[in-house]
Amino acid sequence: MKFLKKIWHWVDDRSGLTEIFLPLIKHPVPPGSKWSYVFGSATLFCFILQVITGVALALLYQPSSSGAYQSLEFITNKAAFGNVLRGIHYFGASGMIIMVGVHMIRVYITAAYKYPREMGWISGVILLFLTIAMGFTGQLLRWDSNGVWSSVVAAEQLGRVPVIGRPLARLLLGGDTIGGHSLSRFFAYHVFIIPAFIFLVVGYHLMLVIRNGISEPPKAGRLVDPKTYRQWYKDMLKKVGVPFWPYAAWRDIIFGTATIAVIILLAVFAGPPKLTQAPDPSMVYSQPKPDWYMLSIFSLFALMPARIESYMIVIGPLLTIFLLLALPFASNKGERSPLRRPWAVFGSVCVVVFVLSLFLAGERSAWSPSFNAKPLTAAQINSADTTVISGAALFYKKGCLYCHKINGQGGLKGPDLSHVALRLSAGQMTTRIINGGDQMPAYGGIMSNGDMHKILAFLDSRR
Amino acid sequence: MNEPEKNESRRSFLVKLSTSLAALSAVVASVPVLSSFFAPLLEKTPQVWRNVGELSKFKVGDTTLVQFQNADPEAWAGVTAHTAAWLRRDSEKSFTAFSANCTHLGCPVRWEKDAELFMCPCHGGVYYKDGSVAAGPPPKSLVRYKVRINKNQVEIQTSPVPITSISA
Ligand code: FES
Repeated sequence: MKFLKKIWHWVDDRSGLTEIFLPLIKHPVPPGSKWSYVFGSATLFCFILQVITGVALALLYQPSSSGAYQSLEFITNKAAFGNVLRGIHYFGASGMIIMVGVHMIRVYITAAYKYPREMGWISGVILLFLTIAMGFTGQLLRWDSNGVWSSVVAAEQLGRVPVIGRPLARLLLGGDTIGGHSLSRFFAYHVFIIPAFIFLVVGYHLMLVIRNGISEPPKAGRLVDPKTYRQWYKDMLKKVGVPFWPYAAWRDIIFGTATIAVIILLAVFAGPPKLTQAPDPSMVYSQPKPDWYMLSIFSLFALMPARIESYMIVIGPLLTIFLLLALPFASNKGERSPLRRPWAVFGSVCVVVFVLSLFLAGERSAWSPSFNAKPLTAAQINSADTTVISGAALFYKKGCLYCHKINGQGGLKGPDLSHVALRLSAGQMTTRIINGGDQMPAYGGIMSNGDMHKILAFLDSRR
Repeated sequence: MNEPEKNESRRSFLVKLSTSLAALSAVVASVPVLSSFFAPLLEKTPQVWRNVGELSKFKVGDTTLVQFQNADPEAWAGVTAHTAAWLRRDSEKSFTAFSANCTHLGCPVRWEKDAELFMCPCHGGVYYKDGSVAAGPPPKSLVRYKVRINKNQVEIQTSPVPITSISA
């Protein structure tokens, strides 16, 4: 025993373990920092999980445009626990994005970004964007048809940047088109470049936490005054501070463990996203849709008025970055309590509702034609009239059904036409069909009078 | 000049010299590093004509999907070297080839034969037969590729993925 102790003393003395780490884990934190403080560390837990499962995936993955898809099939179907591994990495990414979001909202609502923690906020904003970039590039590395088309969509968005748009798009794709260079580049971004920045900024973010201390739980009426805050914080810690380990850390550990447990359960029972078709850009029968964490952005671009869209693709992200970075400069002192900052709470709620509704809209994707709509059945047509029946067939063939619903069958883009004849006269319908609209082609030039007549007969029987 | 002062100026000169040398070596080393990052901008890919089939394969009036290789496929590109276009035989002697990329955000449009429309799965863009916008968010007509008939063979000229710029 004594001998072991001696060894430990030697190791500890020469390596400096206690000297370096004890002050870190024992650093005093304000009392009362309860469950709302666990989201930052949960993000870190997810990140570590991502690094480890990412390395494990790299052991099985082929980072080349031609081989990546096959290696994913191998990981999914053949490798021992490969599917679970993919699942953990996928839900780990999801968890990290959710935790980053919640952590950020918590910091905003309790104004923990105010003096002297401005840099904590700024480094956090950088980490937010790096995390999103990881999510996006990770989705590309799945390298199925979804990955291919997502990268084309990203290239198109970069293409809207004035003057340097085209070179940027070319840079992203690795050339004129998708090809051999594309995946190698995405791999380098996802596996080396972005993680390197994340390690650096996370390290800095944590150093700042130690240097400036965890923000104390806000109290209404207790204002932050840059002139006196640091001294006040120091005195407060001296009086009532508790060591981080174990008085605050136990919550981080429980919550982080629970998060990871949920991730593993989801990976086992829900599994990773299914692979779509091979990454062949010439297979055009594909319906690209991003992973859930990109879905809100996807919806935004689908719903935005086309006229302002090209501008918003460029201005939107820049403005968001600017506003987020400007926040701690715009307000760095005064009230921190959410009770006294109702607008901050209201604003956060609005952002959450906005993102969630975009997400739900994206799930529905009402703007996409439903190419898998089946021709109407006799029961749905519900008529013995031969003109009506052939009109119903044409309604499918001419693509109307992709966007309009009839008795539960069809797309969501246009209005449901199950009872259209109750709303519109035959004349009104004719005008709409011939002239179309913003969201509907003008069929006047592409449909014969005979066909038009049949479709009208069909629609006129929808009562 | 007395001794310490002389030493000081000598030292500051040497500090400047050594940091500049370090900076210089960093700059030199970054040339190949940055070149690999900017490689796609440094090389120009010449476009080539690709055979997409015999003339007799295409019926007048029909619009068909043709698949061909990119201009300069790398050995490790695999199926990603493929590109597609929608090719229509307008008459005995003339063809029109449309890019399969939607001008909105690049998703693959499909030709709906009976409706005579190109439709995009992503955000509901629709184009008429001639490639002009019929509905939805696309800001401009489908891009056309060059086609030619070369001794009974139809050939399409490869081209970059069409990128819609902000001015469109
Ligand atoms: S990409 Fe075709 S409509 Fe958006």
